[in-house]
Amino acid sequence: MVGIVIISHSRTLAEGVAEMARALGVGKAVVEPAGGDLEGGLGTSIDLVETALAAADGGDGVVLLADLGSSVLTAKMLIEDADRDDVLLADAPLVEGAVAAASMAATGADLATVHAAAESARDHRKAG
Amino acid sequence: MNARDLAAWVRYAAELVSADAERLTRLDAAIGDGDHGLNLDRGFRAAVDALPDGAPPGKVLIAAGRAIVSKTGGASGPLYGTVLRRAGKALGDADDVDAAALGAALKAALDGVQELGKAVEGDKTMVDALAPAVAAFAAALADGTGLAGCVRAAADAAAEGADATVPMRARKGRASYLGERSEGHMDPGASSTALLLRALAEVAGEG
Repeated sequence: MVGIVIISHSRTLAEGVAEMARALGVGKAVVEPAGGDLEGGLGTSIDLVETALAAADGGDGVVLLADLGSSVLTAKMLIEDADRDDVLLADAPLVEGAVAAASMAATGADLATVHAAAESARDHRKAG
Repeated sequence: MNARDLAAWVRYAAELVSADAERLTRLDAAIGDGDHGLNLDRGFRAAVDALPDGAPPGKVLIAAGRAIVSKTGGASGPLYGTVLRRAGKALGDADDVDAAALGAALKAALDGVQELGKAVEGDKTMVDALAPAVAAFAAALADGTGLAGCVRAAADAAAEGADATVPMRARKGRASYLGERSEGHMDPGASSTALLLRALAEVAGEG
């Protein structure tokens, strides 16, 4: 199954998004949070993201969702460093993208399909 | 320049960042999230601790960059980590760095930052200091200027570039959410980039 990593500046935000995504991934989706810095404060830690990536990686690829700023830069840098084509950053809003990715991953879909599902969340309007 | 000079640069940059941490944080508090000086100080301290013995100049910068990525905490971690690692990679395994090699390393650093952050000149970011520095270095080199003179030209251009960010409207990062309210403040990343190039100019001038 394709794994999902939630990268946020906040430990509690990452955990909360992961909780929601797992629930909507009907308890099957593998969603690992990587939030905050190493001391639990606000920030981004590439070490925490690497740990979460390893935990989410079941061999079928991993989709990364990031909140903003340094989370996005850290995700991109990690992908470049790992030199892997089975780890993809989704260009998507964090909560909606995570829920979409987890829902699709739970069906057993492949990496490209889960990634596309996450990115499709960008176009879901909430008003108007 | 050799490995010892590049290590001296990282140490001197760490000193300047530490001495200026409060000012950088104050700049960041105006339009960013108010942690730039603090973050960069932590990152550069880690870089100094990570400096290897007996490694060529390129490896010195790569080791420092790695430490900055892992310890800095904000967007400046991946960005300055990229600056040092890309510059280090460009230098390869050579023991001596001449003006042309240093200019190419700075250009590689700029390219890396732009690939990662997608910023262009005028976005009110570190690119507004780094891009003119790279251009000034190349121009000085083409005029036959020696290494120290090239780095001095780059440092001066970076300082001018940082000053020029004051009236700009931010198009990247947290400051971009502020729209016209981001005008009238110097970009902290451009300011710290100017600081790092000033440190390089001082070290190159002594060699």
